[in-house]
Amino acid sequence: MTASDLLDLLGPGAGGWGVALLRAALVTFSLALSGFAVGAVLGGVTVFARLAGGRAAAYAARAYITVFRGVPDLLTIYLLYFGGSAGLTAIGRFFGAQGFIGVPAFGTGVAALGIIAGAYQAEVYRGAYLAIQRGEIDAALAFGMQRGTLLRRIVVPQILRHAIPGLGNVWQLVLKDSALISVTGLVELMREAELGAGSTHEPFAFYACAALLYLAIAASTGSLIRRAERHSLRGVRFG
Amino acid sequence: MIDLDFMAEAFRRLIQGVPLTLELAALSVSLGLAIALVCAMALHYGHRGLTWPIRAYVTAFRGTPLLVQIFFTYYGLGQFRPELQALGLWGFFREPFWCAILALTLNTGAYGTEIIRGALQSVPYGQIEAARACGMTRWLVYRRILLPIALRLALPSYGNEIILMVKGTSLTSIITLLEVTSIAQQLTSETFRAIEVFVCAGAIYLAMNFVVTRIIGSIEYRLSAHLRAAPDLVALPAGGGSA
Repeated sequence: MTASDLLDLLGPGAGGWGVALLRAALVTFSLALSGFAVGAVLGGVTVFARLAGGRAAAYAARAYITVFRGVPDLLTIYLLYFGGSAGLTAIGRFFGAQGFIGVPAFGTGVAALGIIAGAYQAEVYRGAYLAIQRGEIDAALAFGMQRGTLLRRIVVPQILRHAIPGLGNVWQLVLKDSALISVTGLVELMREAELGAGSTHEPFAFYACAALLYLAIAASTGSLIRRAERHSLRGVRFG
Repeated sequence: MIDLDFMAEAFRRLIQGVPLTLELAALSVSLGLAIALVCAMALHYGHRGLTWPIRAYVTAFRGTPLLVQIFFTYYGLGQFRPELQALGLWGFFREPFWCAILALTLNTGAYGTEIIRGALQSVPYGQIEAARACGMTRWLVYRRILLPIALRLALPSYGNEIILMVKGTSLTSIITLLEVTSIAQQLTSETFRAIEVFVCAGAIYLAMNFVVTRIIGSIEYRLSAHLRAAPDLVALPAGGGSA
């Protein structure tokens, strides 16, 4: 196979897979971003339950974090996909529908990534909360701030600042985990590469191309995150 | 609603995948550790001809999904069957087991390199200076001072990496290896009882990771004896008198 063959195969022209791969990369990106956002909400709620909730809430939060960080992500995805479909089919049967009802692949993917990312993000937020200086909270209380104002003005902004590096790691994890959603048949980057490899018998070129596209997404978002980190530290004195 | 007999049967079937899961994890973690040690020491040594390819390796394997790496090794390299046969390597790349080991090893090697490099960097410089002042050669400094301290510093992060690897072995189910996740999938397609099966499989992984966490924790405890406060050998009388 020559270089020009390769260009035809992966290029944007007719018979080339270039446009399809780029579109699939976009699906991967939006899948990961939605999953990360769902994870931010879940992680926020979880860390609140763990730090400020009652005993039962804190216990449930810890169980959630332990389970979803200790179980393979692929298993979580299978559970949601097959379990969700089985549940929907059972409900459908109850209302008299026939046959198998599948859950939407994109939605399941977002839910699975969100549940996994939430468990990791909760730990990131907890670490960030513990990094806040006690004195700042004491000072705010001395000013007579109420709990809500304290959270809004002092605690949450600083949690976000301390959390940026950890959140960057979770984002990279979610981006790579999104490749596992291909097992549900959703045509994201990994699945598109599989389809291309299968129909052209050129798996080497397609998986290399997919790897490069993942690297490109990871590198460009990584540099954005580093910029955000620098920006967040602009008011901090070192040494 | 929950059928305990079925869960017990599923558990019995799933347990049969545990040896393979452990074998994959243990082999790739130990081979990966060897790669990580060599690469991290080369980066620490800092020769330009060495750092450049290692950086590229680490970036490539940390920036792409493990699933892509596994597919690339098994299907992507399998495309070059005549060339591999000519090199006598086809016997290796034909087996999904060895492809899985190769992909998992290179993956954990890249993450491990970063962990150990960070640990080598955080060894206090005074320790190295003292060793040099004693007249230790560069290699002796590595063997007696740098590596022992760095490995202790790296242990918590390396524990996380081992857990990630135990979880990572589940991806080899996609290239037909019959480990826990793969058996879980088979059971699901036989019985259509996804929730029970995957809950059992999840419990098995949790148990394995719990054991790993405990082992790492106890090694860490044993290696940090000199950092703990000395136990009170003699209980002082309450109220404090002169000792």
